[in-house]
Amino acid sequence: MRLMKTFFLAFYLAIKEIVRNKGRFLLVSLVIALITLLVLFIAALGEGLADGNRQYVASLDAELIVFLEKSDYSISSSRLDTNTIRAVRRVEGVADAGPIYTSTSEIVSLEEPLKISMLAAEPDRPGMPPLIEGRTFRGGAASEAVIDEGVALRSGIKVGDEIEIRSTQGTEDEFFYLKVVGLVGKQSYFFQPTIFVPPATWEQMRPQPAADLRDTTPYPNIIAVKLADPAQIELVKERLQVQVSNIEVTDIETTINNIPGYSAQQSTVQTQGAFTLLIGILVIGGFFQIQVLQKVPQIGVLKAIGSSNGAVGLAAVMQIIVVTAIGVAIGGGLTYLFSLGFPPTIPLTFDGPRSLLAVIALLLIGPLGGMVSIIYAVRIEPLKALKLG
Amino acid sequence: MNAVALEVRNVIKTFNIEGGGTINAVDDVSFEVHSGEFVALVGPSGSGKTTMLSILAALLTPTSGQVLIDGQDMAKLNESKRVKLRRQKIGFTFQANNLIPFLTAQENVEFMLRLNGSANKAGRMRSAELLARLGLSDRLRNLPGQMSGGQQQRVAIARALIHNPAVVLADEPTASLDTERAYQVVETFANLIHENGRAGIMVTHDLRMCKYVDRVLQMRDGKLVQVIDDKYDIEVLAKGELPVAAIAQ
Repeated sequence: MRLMKTFFLAFYLAIKEIVRNKGRFLLVSLVIALITLLVLFIAALGEGLADGNRQYVASLDAELIVFLEKSDYSISSSRLDTNTIRAVRRVEGVADAGPIYTSTSEIVSLEEPLKISMLAAEPDRPGMPPLIEGRTFRGGAASEAVIDEGVALRSGIKVGDEIEIRSTQGTEDEFFYLKVVGLVGKQSYFFQPTIFVPPATWEQMRPQPAADLRDTTPYPNIIAVKLADPAQIELVKERLQVQVSNIEVTDIETTINNIPGYSAQQSTVQTQGAFTLLIGILVIGGFFQIQVLQKVPQIGVLKAIGSSNGAVGLAAVMQIIVVTAIGVAIGGGLTYLFSLGFPPTIPLTFDGPRSLLAVIALLLIGPLGGMVSIIYAVRIEPLKALKLG
Repeated sequence: MNAVALEVRNVIKTFNIEGGGTINAVDDVSFEVHSGEFVALVGPSGSGKTTMLSILAALLTPTSGQVLIDGQDMAKLNESKRVKLRRQKIGFTFQANNLIPFLTAQENVEFMLRLNGSANKAGRMRSAELLARLGLSDRLRNLPGQMSGGQQQRVAIARALIHNPAVVLADEPTASLDTERAYQVVETFANLIHENGRAGIMVTHDLRMCKYVDRVLQMRDGKLVQVIDDKYDIEVLAKGELPVAAIAQ
């Protein structure tokens, strides 16, 4: 009952003051809105860059990745023997395993050539993402490809189209024609949109030195391993390493962190985000502290005529929450409007978990920044009302 | 004579002085104020009158002695009980920054009722009436910043009375007013205190304002040096025909 009374009194004071000083409070909200805009953009950039790098690996339907021994979990420097895949599938606890072949290439049958990641995987095995349109390619060396939404979005290529691929083999530029038979969701790898081809086709098409051209066996870079029971991840990892020779095994998380540049880039973006939040805390803290210093006699009067410390403190907390929430809402709206105008080539992802995290962090910086001023307000002596002490 | 609303018994307030030593800002002061009585607390600056008022307002704890409001010994109350006593039994007006700047005149007055959990329709009517009585019926919705100093002071008086406190304390209510306004404000204040049977104590350095009070308590160097309760003497004092010092001796 007493708590309710304090709550309502604080709410009354907080809202009346904001309504009667709209301009001043709106100004702070706008500053918070700008900080929100900045933080959300940095978060979107972080998410976008991360997606560009890891999207394919992160969405693999697998728990473990098999690399060549001593490849330091680097996909590009790992190259596995062809019979490794059979050995992996035989290990107890492995539900399925699919080889993944990576390379880069270029679609030239466009006004503007599009650089792509050219990946190969076996249909319906881990490594091949689920189709959202069309069918998967036939096996063997079929001249068929499945494109991801990134390619579709940037080039306008549709299922049923024929595309031309340029690839440098030895010292010659070779051209290949592929029929697009299917579409998968965004599967960006190494900042490039992706096409999927059968392994044998991949081996023919991939850029390679002249010396490699004689060997037509495709060697996978890595193997994606799906477990019968995901809880047994450590156990199966152990078994793989013991039973299969010349490999090292790790989880998806480590694989992502070892994509070249991924960790360095992400820590840079995260540091920027953290510093922007820190600036936000200081700005809000500074504003409310100055405000409280100006209000010392007023708070003294409030207390002298019988307002409790609780009510005065709670009113300050409520004000900060309201002002911050309005600022974040405005900033969120602005960010949304801006996001509509960005082309898909800029790596910005606004609907990722990081944006949500940023919004939560932004809502917290208000109370965090205002903490000092709230404590100060609570400690003001009612005697201040009497110009004494 | 009405009941005693405020009783002060041998109150001493000692402050430490910078650089060592102590000083008694209030030195063994005793007096009583009855309901319906308006008392002025006068004295030169540094005489201890503001300290005395702070003690009466339960904002400052005396070093020794007792203050009883409505028979309740304030020394025996904890901090939250003192806050409750302030909002229920005491009405305040201050020298400056009296009103909450973001509340209208009427909201400022009603805030006392809100604090006491009795803000209702009857309260609204009463606050409007009281403000009308103080000549502010066309100012109910004005913010303090839109009113003159005298008007603000009258709103403060309404706030100090609206919740029917036992004791009304006024700290230099005329400090920021011209003479004409000051007389008006103090006269209305005195009338309301007499009518409603409150115990009113006004701290002032302006002896002319004593014209409307029933008793003058004069302090000097922390001591209560003189009590003037004779109507004629008060009038003489208020007219300024006798310097305070002369009366004191």
